[in-house]
Formats: sequence, structure tokens, C-alpha cells
Amino acid sequence: MKLSVNGKEHDVSVSDDMPLLWVLRDVLGLTGTKFGCGMAQCGACTVLVDGQPVRSCVRPAAAVEGRAVTTIEGLSLQGDHPVQRAWAEVDVVQCGYCQSGQILAAAALLQAKPKPSDADVDAALSGNLCRCGTYQRIRSAVHRAAELMEG
Amino acid sequence: MKRIGNPWVLAGMLAGIVLLPKGVDSQTPRTAALAAFDTIQTVLQHPRCQNCHIPGNAPLQLDAGLVHTQNVQRGPAGKGAPGLPCSTCHGVTNPPASYGPNTPPGAPNWSLPSPEHKMVFIGLSKADLCATIKDPKRNGNRNLAALLEHVSHDKLVLWGWDPGVGRAPVSVPHDAFVASFKTWMAGGAPCPAGGEAKSARLR
Ligand code: FES
Ligand code: FES
Repeated sequence: MKLSVNGKEHDVSVSDDMPLLWVLRDVLGLTGTKFGCGMAQCGACTVLVDGQPVRSCVRPAAAVEGRAVTTIEGLSLQGDHPVQRAWAEVDVVQCGYCQSGQILAAAALLQAKPKPSDADVDAALSGNLCRCGTYQRIRSAVHRAAELMEG
Repeated sequence: MKRIGNPWVLAGMLAGIVLLPKGVDSQTPRTAALAAFDTIQTVLQHPRCQNCHIPGNAPLQLDAGLVHTQNVQRGPAGKGAPGLPCSTCHGVTNPPASYGPNTPPGAPNWSLPSPEHKMVFIGLSKADLCATIKDPKRNGNRNLAALLEHVSHDKLVLWGWDPGVGRAPVSVPHDAFVASFKTWMAGGAPCPAGGEAKSARLR
């Protein structure tokens, strides 16, 4: 199976039903994407596929063959995507476990809606749970990232 | 023992037969059509269909029709909120059975009706449901032939009969549903009396 992850082509030999998350973490060693629930309930495993958010725990890797997968490792070369800069500025992260998913979901939101309202943030990110409760800082950081993207 | 066939299919076929053997009262096409609409209502108001044919913005889920978790929204085009499209969790097919019963199902074009054409099914009386699906202003500009095509072949509609692990399929077989739809159309697609006048009064 041929997968394109963070701009690199990979030829992996895995069973047809292996979830993308398993391939990313266990086969390709990209452990930035986290496993939380395995049933699309928490958002920890969020990656981008052709720029759109996808819960990689419930998407068979075979379903994304030929499409561009972006994980937290590939969102920017130096960790300086506006969302990542805003996250650092606002000091969003507590334990960090949910945050790769939060950051990719936020990047997808800003792509779809460059100036989101609080309600837009709530609608787009409610599927990304944070057991540390960093929600207020996530919301502020999304607004800050929107400013940074505007330049 | 030999099976005599699916009773729903037989019922659908009988409802469509206008010429019945001697001695049996023949139904007029209109009577048959009204009877066929009962079957159509059963299908449209099954959780697999009505969970997304809702008046508000939050779809429902599961056989119990609970509000979709994660603050999921209809969104501007019926495909979810900006940044959280339905396709985030719902693929173009059901996930492999090995993923277990609690994973999101999938079908091509997983979505709700658009906010302009909500096609509400849930909670409507038979007469109002009938008026809704026939009204091009509410049904996405479909005539009867387009509706028949939609219920016969649309892959998202067909998913209702193959909803994956842990969800009940629509209770009427698909071929019986389509047969009833044709019977309803053949009888002039009549609506049971009382709906629109009643809803006009309610407005
Ligand atoms: S691990 Fe995928 S949504 Fe929780
Ligand atoms: S920062 Fe700990 S789970 Fe979100």
C-alpha cells in the first residue's frame, strides 16, 4: 500500500483494514498523533487528509492511498505554523496528550474559516476533548492564530 | 419448509396490482397509492432516515435518535460545520467490522439536507410528510421521477439498509419500499387529507 505522509512516499505492507493511526504510529514511527479512544470520540488522532481533518483511528489506511496525509510532524518544517506559534504564545498546553489533534483541527478550521467566531470554534473543536480542560486557552489561541495568519 | 417470500415484498406487489382475481374487491389506484404511502412513511420516519431529516441544526444518532455528540452541526451546506465536516469521522463506506460497533458509519456524500432544503421528516403527520416530500421548494427541486431515482439509487439512501454493526437497518426491505413508491406514483402520488390545512392553522 502506498501512502503519502508529510510529503514523503511510503510503501507499507499492512492488512487492508489497519487504521491509518496504527500505520502512522507503529509502522512509520510518527508518534506525535495520539490514540485516545479508537472510535472517533475524542479527536486525539486527528490528521489532515488533503487538508481536511480526519480521525485516523477509524479510517482504514487503504482509504487514504494516493491522498496527502499531514500529521503534527508535518504541519510545518520548524514548528512555526501560525497555529503552533499561537499555541506557544498563549501557552495552551498542559499535559499535551490531546494537543496534536487540537492543533490540526484548529488548522483545518482556520483554513475553512479564517476569522472564526467563538461559536465557530466551539462547533469545529467540540469533537476534540481535553482531559486537562484547556478549552478556554484553545479558544484564545485560535483567535490569536487567525490574527497571525492575517499577518 | 419452503419460504413463500418476503411478506413486505408481497404486500408491495399486491398493493400495486389493480386487477385482482374475480370476487375480490379491486382497489382503485388512488386507494392503493394511499395505502402505499403508509409504507413510505414507515421508511422515512425510521431512525436511519429521520435522524438527519430534522428541523434544527443538530443531527440525531443511533436507533434511539439521541442528539449527535460533539456538538455536530448541519453547517452551511449540510456537510458539517467549517472545520468539522461530517467526513472527519464518516468515511465513504462503513468501517471494517473489525472496528467494532461504536465507530461511525459511512457512505458516499455523508451529509444532512442543506439548510435551504431541510426536508424535515421527523415528527410530521402522514399528510404533512407527504406534502413535504412532494413540494419542490422543500425537497431540493425534485419532481416525482427524481424522487424515485433518489430513493432507488442514492448511495446514502441505500446505506439505510446496510448501516453497519450496531444499528438497525430500515424495517421495510428496500425493494418493497421502491415498489410502494411506484404504486404511490402510479396512483397520482396522493396525499392523505388534512395535512397542509392543519399545519396552515398551526402557523
Ligand atoms: S483516538 Fe481517534 S478520535 Fe479518539
Ligand atoms: S492538554 Fe492534557 S489532555 Fe489536553
